Amino acid sequence: MTLLIPSNLYSQISNHLQAAYPNEGAGILLGAANGDGKTVKAIKPFVNKFETGEQYHRYFIAAQDMLDGETEAERLGLDVVGVFHSHPDHPAQASEYDREYALPWYSYLIISVQEGRAADAQSWVLSDDRTKFNEERIETAN
Amino acid sequence: MPTIRIPTPLRPYAAGKTEVAVAGDTVGAALSDLTVRHPDLRKHLYADTGELRAFVNVFLGQEDVRHLQGVKTALKDNDQLRIVPSVAGGLMDCHSERRSREESQAKPRDASTLRASA
Repeated sequence: MTLLIPSNLYSQISNHLQAAYPNEGAGILLGAANGDGKTVKAIKPFVNKFETGEQYHRYFIAAQDMLDGETEAERLGLDVVGVFHSHPDHPAQASEYDREYALPWYSYLIISVQEGRAADAQSWVLSDDRTKFNEERIETAN
Repeated sequence: MPTIRIPTPLRPYAAGKTEVAVAGDTVGAALSDLTVRHPDLRKHLYADTGELRAFVNVFLGQEDVRHLQGVKTALKDNDQLRIVPSVAGGLMDCHSERRSREESQAKPRDASTLRASA
């Protein structure tokens, strides 16, 4: 599986997550599935709706935001193909908490934001039996 | 019959369908019928306790049924339900140095942790 992200959209994602630092930032990826992977064609950043004092290590995208995202994706002839969020001053490793609230098929793009600057990125896909995340290759392209 | 719109990640567990017609005169009955027709959906919609998973939301039109009568919300023949995931996540166990502090501060990991700040 490969997640293809145009570089201008990757920059927009990074900028949103850097702006959220030292808290976690999040948003959704709109795009299309293509055989063995997905191509991101638009993004929709959201305000982190988790309770304020916990946002340094938690994010929450509310159902109403997801519904708005799905509606926009349908309008554009796309699907919601995944979610992005940051791990401030931590590696881009999916956590047990990420897994617990994940759905299969979606790409979970995590970007490590170190001292306010976007650093390493990794994308994860939940296994069918919900027991683990599998790594997904990220490609950026102009 | 009422219909339930399936979000993209769960369509592989519903024979690839975008929408499924279901029997039932309440939201709970409709969801139950959905998982009878497509049993592979069950593990993604329900926790081991039998409760809907915290991130599974059901909308009747534009209204979250939690703001109506929940699973007891009555359905009419042509009502359209929609399963909408909410998404949560973040750090917990991926960095040992902050682990103890996070665990001491973290609230229980259930739906009550998902209180919106807005």
